[in-house]
Amino acid sequence: MEENKNNIDDRLWEYIDGQSSVEEKPAIERLIETNKQWKEKYHELLELHQLVQSSALEEPSLRFTKNVMEEIAKYQIAPATKAYINNKIIWGIGIFFITLVIGFLIYGFGQVDWSAGGNEKLPIDISKVDYGKFFNNTYVNVFMMINVVLGLMLLDRYLAAKKKKLQKEA
Amino acid sequence: MSTGPSDSEIISLVLKGDHNAYALLVERYKSYVFTLTFRFTKNREDAEEVSQDIFVKAYRSLADFKGTAKFSTWLYTIVNTTCITFLRKKRLDVKSLDDERTFEVADSQDSGFRANQVEQKSRLIMVNQAIAMLNPDDAEIITLFYKNEQSLEEISQILGVEVNAAKVRLHRARARLKDKMEKHFTEEIKDLH
Repeated sequence: MEENKNNIDDRLWEYIDGQSSVEEKPAIERLIETNKQWKEKYHELLELHQLVQSSALEEPSLRFTKNVMEEIAKYQIAPATKAYINNKIIWGIGIFFITLVIGFLIYGFGQVDWSAGGNEKLPIDISKVDYGKFFNNTYVNVFMMINVVLGLMLLDRYLAAKKKKLQKEA
Repeated sequence: MSTGPSDSEIISLVLKGDHNAYALLVERYKSYVFTLTFRFTKNREDAEEVSQDIFVKAYRSLADFKGTAKFSTWLYTIVNTTCITFLRKKRLDVKSLDDERTFEVADSQDSGFRANQVEQKSRLIMVNQAIAMLNPDDAEIITLFYKNEQSLEEISQILGVEVNAAKVRLHRARARLKDKMEKHFTEEIKDLH
């Protein structure tokens, strides 16, 4: 019963707001004309709708605009966010981390003995993995070195861009 | 909504350095912003302070206004976030729409709005008082839809929800407003007929 009532309300509000579909609109109009419950509800909701529409806005104090203008005189308009976010740096950081993840994945898969084990067992015994080996390996060290160099290059580019900007402003 | 230069014309003037042109935008939207903040703060002094803060924030971020939406929609997004922050700071209960206790709290807060006190007041004031009895979420969505000329799509942008969710919220808010009016302004409503 309650669900039915809510359904009527929702459909009528959509109709009043002009949000009903082309098919729904004549169906609701027919229901309002022929069904007493729908008719009463429609007038009830329409009355509320018109009342709220006619309500007045609240007004701030007379000095409001003056106060705002005095306040903004202390500030500068901040540069657009887009202007100080360098997309190349964002991309660089993204590529750096993706390279890191891919490198670790390649190394991890390289360590797996795919021929070992049967169908029911995992190809690696997690409890027997020597984690120390991962970080003592020459390949890992080389890989980390590449990443550090990449990171330093990105930092250098960022600082160079900043310096250039400062020189321009000066 | 207004005559004179359009919002985008005023914004480009301000961005070019004519800061005084911003007063035109403040004049144009002050009542809308103040009404919305007043729905949250329920107090004129706080509403005035928060509204002022909103216009300052909007001014400082004006370069970020891309013009893809209406200026008013962008401004009301700032209103929404600033008011939510204000309520959090004030540690007021911002309750979910489904929380029935919201009604109990709102009922207990409205002792100043007894029906006999507004007997002589106009129906417009009556509606505003009924809206003031609602929780801030309900009052905000009703104000945005009816007074601030925002479509459901724009409201969904301001509130950061889906259009359907905004529609459901609006329906529920109106149902609660209807309940409030029937409960507290029975005589006034009869007089309207």
